Amino acid sequence: MRERRLASWKIGGEQGQGIDSTGELLAIVCNRLGYYIYGYRQFSSRIKGGHSNYKIMIGTEPVASTSSELDVLVAIDQETIDRNHKELVEGGFLVADAHFEPVLPEGCPAQLLSVPLTQMAQEVGSPLMRNVVSLGVSAYILGLPLDAFKDVVLQRFGKKSPEVGQQNVAALEKGYAYAQEHLPEPTWKLAAGDGKSRLIMMGNDAVALGAAAAGCRFCAAYPITPASEVMESLMSILPRYGGVVVQAEDEISAITACIGAGFAGARAITATSGPGISLMQEAIGLAHVAEIPVVIVDTQRGGPSTGMPTKHEQSDVWALLYGSHGDTPRIVLAPSTVEETFYLTADAFNLADKYQCPVFVATDLSLALNKQTVEDLDITRIKIDRGHLLTDEEIAAQAEPDGFRRYRVTESGISPRPLPGQPKGQYLATGVEHNEFGKVSEDPRNRVAMMDKRLRKVPADPAALDLSLEPLAYTGPESPDILLVGFGSSVGPIGDARKLLEAEGLRAGHAHVKVLAPLPVNQLAELFARAKHVIVAENNAHGQLFALIEHRVGKAMREQGLTVPQLHSLRKYDGNPFLPKEIAAAAKEVTSYAQAG
Amino acid sequence: MPKLADFKTNEKSWWCPGCGDFGVLASLQKALVDLGVEPHDVAIVAGIGCSGKIGNYINCYNFHVVHGRTLPTAMGLKLVNRDLTVIAAGGDGDGYAIGGGHFLHALRRNVDMTYIVMDNQIYGLTKGQTSPTSKTGFKTRSTPEGNIERPIRPLQLAIAAGATFVAAGFSSDVKQLSSLIAQAIQHKGFALVNVYSPCVTFNKVNTYDWYKEVLINLDEDESYDPTDRGAALQKLIETDERVRGLVYKAPDQPSFQELFPGYREEPIVHQDWTMPQEDFAELLEQFR
Repeated sequence: MRERRLASWKIGGEQGQGIDSTGELLAIVCNRLGYYIYGYRQFSSRIKGGHSNYKIMIGTEPVASTSSELDVLVAIDQETIDRNHKELVEGGFLVADAHFEPVLPEGCPAQLLSVPLTQMAQEVGSPLMRNVVSLGVSAYILGLPLDAFKDVVLQRFGKKSPEVGQQNVAALEKGYAYAQEHLPEPTWKLAAGDGKSRLIMMGNDAVALGAAAAGCRFCAAYPITPASEVMESLMSILPRYGGVVVQAEDEISAITACIGAGFAGARAITATSGPGISLMQEAIGLAHVAEIPVVIVDTQRGGPSTGMPTKHEQSDVWALLYGSHGDTPRIVLAPSTVEETFYLTADAFNLADKYQCPVFVATDLSLALNKQTVEDLDITRIKIDRGHLLTDEEIAAQAEPDGFRRYRVTESGISPRPLPGQPKGQYLATGVEHNEFGKVSEDPRNRVAMMDKRLRKVPADPAALDLSLEPLAYTGPESPDILLVGFGSSVGPIGDARKLLEAEGLRAGHAHVKVLAPLPVNQLAELFARAKHVIVAENNAHGQLFALIEHRVGKAMREQGLTVPQLHSLRKYDGNPFLPKEIAAAAKEVTSYAQAG
Repeated sequence: MPKLADFKTNEKSWWCPGCGDFGVLASLQKALVDLGVEPHDVAIVAGIGCSGKIGNYINCYNFHVVHGRTLPTAMGLKLVNRDLTVIAAGGDGDGYAIGGGHFLHALRRNVDMTYIVMDNQIYGLTKGQTSPTSKTGFKTRSTPEGNIERPIRPLQLAIAAGATFVAAGFSSDVKQLSSLIAQAIQHKGFALVNVYSPCVTFNKVNTYDWYKEVLINLDEDESYDPTDRGAALQKLIETDERVRGLVYKAPDQPSFQELFPGYREEPIVHQDWTMPQEDFAELLEQFR
């Protein structure tokens, strides 16, 4: 039998039919067997009804993207078949519940297995276990040991009662036995996993863990897809450490509560998506002018307005860079994997304290919600750095009869920061332009001094931010003919596209931006100088990162007398992440056009 | 012990001579002195408008925020440092118009903090437009034919929304007002002090003389029971809220802080935030 290093599995049905939890079970099983997984959920903004599906890529090596191909589809209804059969490949299996009399569409190369899932579930106790029966069938097809499934369902359902646990085990066995008896001998199986213990989590989990590990003890947020898990997760962690989570009445309350906590000296976080970011804009300006640390997570989704709340997009780049009003310095971190989300979230708190300003962590729906394998998270790499705080003695020494110079104009732009409760440190923090004491001032010279002080705080080069990871990652040859550039969760599809191109003999490179502001301009320019073509691939309609790069990197290169390579923009904004082959096709088009032209 | 002078700043006031807010400032300073609170242990979150300038004139930690957002800001501040005396202060526009949503939720959330509203029934700093507490028919620059909307009744609204402490003050009676503010600070929960604070420049109807004539002092009414929620609402309806004194104080309602799981005696800002490696390893177990 042929062994494969990568396989894909999907279950689909109506929302409310346990689609997510079934996918979750398979993911846990695969993780414990030592496979790498990448989950991809498609769902809509409703609780019951409406098609939803959960696709899992299972590999013996790290997987970071989904594909348009599918080996096994488990269908709970005909709609699942109609919507997803095109992904099924030659040799693939369609496991469908015989209950709804499934029909295989014409031309579908996969084999239809009409399995009495509901009936078998009923026989062991309840039709609700239909999905578990399908996991038994899937175990046989994928060549995975059934015992691993049994352990997981016992752990999951045995908690309710030992009887329910045993019923689920019986459901698994029934599915497996049915498959053994009725299905053709499989022609392939997954190569064995390495058995190593890893983590599976989504970006939102990593935000919560990174925040808690970095000393964040306050969260205020308003529920919104796809960010709510951050608040929920912190609600399960922070009370153990004396921290507080408030479900605010709206996003304005959420951000201002966090700013209040930041003023008091705590580390505070709020997490939202585009609509919430819009509501927070005025308060973000306040935090900039009053110089108060706060961490804001934007899990980007389809916009504008309510847009496509359950669909993936990367269209808040400009909103995060240029939002609010007036002139403010920006720090926008953009992790691309769950692991990076953990470390960059922790970094965000140090940056907020150091530069005394809001710091954004921009994720996107795919990163926020898709479960992926993480090797490990190392808390010893997280250091808490509080920035320019003062002891009571230092404050007493610096206090003047007129008060404390909280906004002292310094060379770095960073001023000493007393916290409420510290004697002689009293000052006025205000959104109004102010002098060094915080008192209102509209004096033109003071205004310019204060603006310049705030704007010079944040370094122009992200290398100076002292992050846990490089602001720009590069994989590929020294001088690529085609350089793919992206940010966020597209690290997977772009990385896989690069491999596809390389396999076809193209000299392809992949640069991934981890900091959107300050942008790694020099690092990009250096790479661009060695490339013939650059494609910036992103999930928005304007080409927001492309525009930024064209303007900033192009300008820097011209100033340095470097030749700017041909810059191309690849945009996808249909609600789905890129598929590697889409990016590869665009790259080939660009290069072949160039060769022909 | 702190003295009145400790709470003063040398800043020249921007308020018009005779502004009711002077009385609120003096009452607040007196209340803090009477309670023996040190200036560095007080944090005031002020809103936008004339009243929002109160933080400029009182020596303590001050945060002058964006319009309408004093309550959530003060909530965040107080929850992370419970040792501070946290007071939100603003006007009727700040609290009941742009900040109206937060007002309702602050009331039902019952975070232990104090909210002082300087209610002059007009927008002063923007030079005289109608406010949410302006009476129907009130003529202003934005309602030249008279206000066609009905006013918010903040005291009834507060009690209906679940307030645990509601007081009404009059800015020219510093003795009573400072006592009400002190009681509000001592209350273990969210405390509203709505103060009639006349605008001498733009409101020629609700003047000092007018208030002196119409306000009924509940503190002098021995038959009035401020712990009776129904009676309090009844009194407010009968008088159209033209009252001063302690209006309502709920007996023994736990605050948000008392109810929040795991909330500690030691303020969050003073806790050790490092997470032990064993704890972190345990947190990761749920992801395996």
